[in-house]
Amino acid sequence: MNVEPLEDDRHHRFVLNMGPQHPSTHGVLRVLLELEGEYAMHLHPVLGYGHRCHEKIAEHKPAKSFMPNTARMDYLGALIYNQGYAQLLEKAAGIEVPQRAEYIRVITAELNRIQSHLLWYGAYLLDLGAFTPIMFAFDDREHILDILEDVTGSRLTYCYHRVGGVSKDIDDKFVSRTRAFIERLRSRYTMYEDLVNGNVILQKRLIDVGELTPQICARYGVTGPLLRGTGVAYDIRRAEPYSVYPEFDFEIPTETKGDCMASFMVRYREIEQSLRIIEQALDKLPEGPSMAAKVPKKLKLPAGDYNSSVEAPRGELSYYLVADGSDVPYRLKVRTPSYSNLSTVPETCSGMLLSDVVSAMGSLDLVIPEIDR
Amino acid sequence: METLHSILPELIRIVICAIGGAVIVFGNALVMGYAERKLAGHIMLRPGPMEVGWHGILQLVVDGIKLMGKQLVVPKQADKPLYMLAPILAFAPVFAPLLLIPFSDKLQGFDIDVGMLVILAFASINVLAILIGGWSSNNKYSLFGAFRSVAQNVAYEIPMLISLLAVVFMTNTFSLREIAAAQSPVWFVLLQPLAFLIYIVAMVAETNRAPFDLPEAESELTAGFHTEYSGMSFSLFVLGEYANMFIVCSVATVFFLGGSSGIPLPYFEYTGALWFLLKVYALMFFLVWIRWTYPRTRFDQLMNFCWKYLIPFSLVNLLITVVVVKLI
Amino acid sequence: MKSYFSELFTGAWSLILGLKVTIKTMFTPIVTVQYPREKLEITPNYRGHIDLIKDAETGTHKCISCGSCQRECPSDCIVVVGEKREGVKGKVLTKFTLDFTKCSLCGACVEVCPTKALDYSNEYELAGDARSDFYFDILKRVEERK
Repeated sequence: MNVEPLEDDRHHRFVLNMGPQHPSTHGVLRVLLELEGEYAMHLHPVLGYGHRCHEKIAEHKPAKSFMPNTARMDYLGALIYNQGYAQLLEKAAGIEVPQRAEYIRVITAELNRIQSHLLWYGAYLLDLGAFTPIMFAFDDREHILDILEDVTGSRLTYCYHRVGGVSKDIDDKFVSRTRAFIERLRSRYTMYEDLVNGNVILQKRLIDVGELTPQICARYGVTGPLLRGTGVAYDIRRAEPYSVYPEFDFEIPTETKGDCMASFMVRYREIEQSLRIIEQALDKLPEGPSMAAKVPKKLKLPAGDYNSSVEAPRGELSYYLVADGSDVPYRLKVRTPSYSNLSTVPETCSGMLLSDVVSAMGSLDLVIPEIDR
Repeated sequence: METLHSILPELIRIVICAIGGAVIVFGNALVMGYAERKLAGHIMLRPGPMEVGWHGILQLVVDGIKLMGKQLVVPKQADKPLYMLAPILAFAPVFAPLLLIPFSDKLQGFDIDVGMLVILAFASINVLAILIGGWSSNNKYSLFGAFRSVAQNVAYEIPMLISLLAVVFMTNTFSLREIAAAQSPVWFVLLQPLAFLIYIVAMVAETNRAPFDLPEAESELTAGFHTEYSGMSFSLFVLGEYANMFIVCSVATVFFLGGSSGIPLPYFEYTGALWFLLKVYALMFFLVWIRWTYPRTRFDQLMNFCWKYLIPFSLVNLLITVVVVKLI
Repeated sequence: MKSYFSELFTGAWSLILGLKVTIKTMFTPIVTVQYPREKLEITPNYRGHIDLIKDAETGTHKCISCGSCQRECPSDCIVVVGEKREGVKGKVLTKFTLDFTKCSLCGACVEVCPTKALDYSNEYELAGDARSDFYFDILKRVEERK
């Protein structure tokens, strides 16, 4: 086999090219593994296969027109990406959003979060070799997609939020379907716990694998369920509350060990917390318009720099915009969580078995278009 | 037995047995291929194959034709003779054990004194085929699959053999027909429950089925040892896998589930085979069922489980059996 | 020693629980739909590509070819051309095309339209084998539609 000669002490290592087409990299991520036996001694993620210059595109068109692109960065958390961007522009242009629109944004964003977690849940189990849970997770996920399709018109890459509100108001049908869905998902917990969470093989595969510490997380900027798995209860919805999140009573699930099982359980428990937020939001849903009355057609952004952070399913998402007074941003920087989360891999995964590399990378819940954007 | 032995000349008997073996191998692959996909579908709340024939019943036939029509791709850097040999080596040895299995009192190809040992010996050739296939395709993933397979199968043959030995000590014979006949009042699954459980676990590992499907772990090794194989050479591996499942389940039936014993039917010397097949397919159903339920184990855990649990337990079981047999 | 056995028993029990779940689902009715033969009813709010609305009274569309949609479109996939004609007030639409290969279904064109002449179509079976399959002539579509 043609292995490129490496440095002297590593010449006996076996270089395995995992990806860009590989069943467990979920997209076009490529990881170069230097193996000794089945132990991965060094990992080198190679990025950029799906790069589409989203940030550069943002510099070349009116700020409002960038909304559909945000959904394409993270196709699983599209509504949350929409929300972050809409908030950014509202902050920049000083537009007041009606209460009802904020509630709708929160409800749809949390549905989107559950949807993302359910997909991760199934895909992760698929990485670990269990075929059935992904079908059950998709069965539940389809219900969310149907509900969201009815109000947003799309199933995956939503473009629902507008500067100053949302494009379509929700109706009673949406409310009753969402309530029915909450009921349904809660009744499925025992099934998931019996089939997956309690399974001894799964626990043996996840416990003590890919351990993160708060220090490592701080060094690499890891956020989201991975950070909460190490015991740090950092969630933008609490740390820097945005939208109407302060009005809801919900917990931030944390675990202490920081291994794959910890982030697994954090994500699993987050589903229930999201359901609680949706329930409360549906109860409190105020009447009123779903769109601000006066949104200028040409959205002039006053010169200055603006930031907006939201809690995406995978961690902290930040938009940073520098405006020069026109309606086209001078620069837009998107801080996506998966990029930082992936950067820990060379450190935490070296010396692991190949199977553990798969489970550790799966627990990062990578969405590659978000890394490459 | 005597009738089949004496009336027919040796040569004709061999031909009949070979045809019977081929029918079993291909028929079993068709039945199991369909059942596996259908059961997997229903476990996952979807219908499985539905397009070809009534409820997709001809799906496997069509798949077989498709696989035969496909090009045999040989990778450029592969070791061609070995690469072509491996699937044949995976497939051919399954015929020999089939000749030894007592489907009913009179339906058996040959009854030899060391039937059990011959079956286990032939079952081990499969490892060699996987190793050759993984090595010769010159693919890193295939190589890993091959290595895993060798370590796994060699390790799991030990508890498998020891658990079967417990039964051998009770019956004092290696002949499969006599072992099956020795269970006329009680099946050995009741006398040797531990050996049965150990055998079932080892059997799953021997046939490389989930949750022990490490050699082909598709989320880690894309497809493991058969990554580079296509068309008929790939399907020979699959045929071999299903035939191996059939053989190990038959051994379990002979050793623990009373062979062909059951409620008597007319011409029971022959129709006992129905009971035999029923038991075999019940075990096969179990294999399919667990495949679609559990995640895959990790390699070191697999070996730990073998060395820490299966081998000590099977040795203790063997020891107790020997002492009890001696005392009675 | 105690943990050795307890691990074995709790592990085995968890495996049995898993088997219980799958045997139960094996006998529950399937949830999937056999797509080409059975079809789910699609929500009327589904956002497909855009279409001009055919006005029941006038029997034609309401487009005044102002070009707002063309200007608003983030992906520049709409082309609207109108011309002045003798005796007709305003402009007459002569060309309205959509390059669906570039459209991101954001809905900006529908929302910006001053006469509410645009709507989303409900078509979702749009697979094609050439790029040209997705260059829609919206004007022709509205004229052909009954």
